Amino acid sequence: MTLLLQALINGLMTGALIAVPAIGFSAIFAVLRYPNFAIASYATIGAFAAWWANAVAGLPVVPALAIAFAVTGVVGVVAEETSLKRLRDNGALIVAIASIALNLVLENIIRFIFGNDMKGYDLPLARDLRFGELRIGPQQLQSLALSVAIMAAMFLFLRYTRFGKAMRAVADNPDLARLKGIDPARIAIVTVFLGAGLSGVGGVLIGLDTSIDPLTGYRVLLSVFAAAVLGGLGSIPGAVVGALALGIAEELALIAVPATYRTAVGFVAILIMLTFRPRGILGERAT
Amino acid sequence: MLSYVIFTLTLCGIYALLALSLNLIWGGVGLVNLGLAGFFAVGAYASAIATGAGAPVLIGWAAALIVGAVVGLVVTFATLRLRDDYLAIVTLGFAEVIRLVALNERWLTKGSDGISGIKAPLKAELGLQGFSVFYLGLVTLIVLVVWALLRRIDLSPYGRAMKAIREDQQLAAFAGKTVLRFKLQAFALSAAIAALSGALYAHFQSYVSPDHFQPLITIYIFLAVTAGGVGRPSGAVFGAYLVVIFLEATRFATEWLPGLQPVQIAAMREMMIGVALILVLHLRPQGIMPERIPKAPRQPTPTA
Repeated sequence: MTLLLQALINGLMTGALIAVPAIGFSAIFAVLRYPNFAIASYATIGAFAAWWANAVAGLPVVPALAIAFAVTGVVGVVAEETSLKRLRDNGALIVAIASIALNLVLENIIRFIFGNDMKGYDLPLARDLRFGELRIGPQQLQSLALSVAIMAAMFLFLRYTRFGKAMRAVADNPDLARLKGIDPARIAIVTVFLGAGLSGVGGVLIGLDTSIDPLTGYRVLLSVFAAAVLGGLGSIPGAVVGALALGIAEELALIAVPATYRTAVGFVAILIMLTFRPRGILGERAT
Repeated sequence: MLSYVIFTLTLCGIYALLALSLNLIWGGVGLVNLGLAGFFAVGAYASAIATGAGAPVLIGWAAALIVGAVVGLVVTFATLRLRDDYLAIVTLGFAEVIRLVALNERWLTKGSDGISGIKAPLKAELGLQGFSVFYLGLVTLIVLVVWALLRRIDLSPYGRAMKAIREDQQLAAFAGKTVLRFKLQAFALSAAIAALSGALYAHFQSYVSPDHFQPLITIYIFLAVTAGGVGRPSGAVFGAYLVVIFLEATRFATEWLPGLQPVQIAAMREMMIGVALILVLHLRPQGIMPERIPKAPRQPTPTA
């Protein structure tokens, strides 16, 4: 029983971390309608930007997160405008392939600058909190709080700001949005900035948990995709629900299968979901 | 130097088979397979395990073909009814799972140590030099046979039906083509070719390990097919030779750069691949040898 409860808690924690880049991925998918594989490298870039701010410049975690968000947002917009934008007319598949190539380029720029060695954030060591038999790391708790705060900010942004409303309008029906005077090109830039920035923040949250290296983002790519597909491709609340479901599934699976197969859980979850409920838990927004 | 050229040309042939495999489904029915590296691995391990258990090499290759086709069917069955972007995500996951299995199921694959001492056909009889020439000939011959077969399919009514599905599957279904069956058949055949390529690779290297099946291979092949020309088997083969030569050229190019760490040189080479793929997509999306759309057979014009 304790084992199960502990798995549930850990699952919610990992799910909340995956949810942040998954929202970023879903936002880009909903507005631009292609799966962006480059979010893996955006997460890595964010993780390294925050590492630089934290371990080299000595900033605390929250300002480091803000720097990571801004840096990856800008990188994302520049990458999108230079290498993906012109390909959008050729269909989702071509852009997706180009985003894989883009991912390779960005990942190797990081490798070129920082090398392959693992790096850790400069954080105070703290003892796990204990609730009876259950254990929770204070770092996990902090990351969870940050992740929830980021998600809340995202919801408020989408619900109440002009850009947020315009993004939702374009996601629902781009032609109608254009008729209403929304400039799709500007919305695309804001969406990519936000999506890439959130992926970067997600990379930091994942890095805070362990250590970072040039493959940090790539390792969670499948989980992020799985979360987005589970929740319904292109749906932002879906990404959150999908990520939490996936986190719990991964932790529960650890009871039955070896830890090395953790990423395989996401793959199996996608297959099961696609077979029985192709539109995801909350249904797909953009078709 | 000569043995280096022979080695490179053999690798060209192995990549050409992978490119033909991708071209068949991408250029054919318009699906993508981001898990090529996974099918490549399945074939390599299938043949390595079969011949390791005492089967002759030809049986090993046949096993690779069959296992590849079956795995291809299994992977695609759940997703073929869905949109292409789902298939892209699922096949990427598939390759990752295959790598995890190869890494963790030591009883089958020897884990990260890899399987070594894979039979090299006729190596004892021909000697090292003779074997590498013979194997280059064999791989080239297989590429030619597969190319001829796929070209025939391409020009046949079957190939035209495939391309109709690629262009507009609803219209194709309306015209009475069984879209799902075409897709499954194309994917299974494509997976089998990728697996055969893996088997050829395994016996060429005499060694396979999970490290050989990085997702990077899939990116090489996408570069090959886009550079050569999507939808034309000759283009895929040409593109594969071009990419391997480009890859080898980056090896020499980075040697000229002074003061770089080995990690940085490796990073530079991978960066160049990514930049090349993006440039090709921008500058020449139809590739160097664009697809030729054959004219529809002329209908007898009714004469009054």
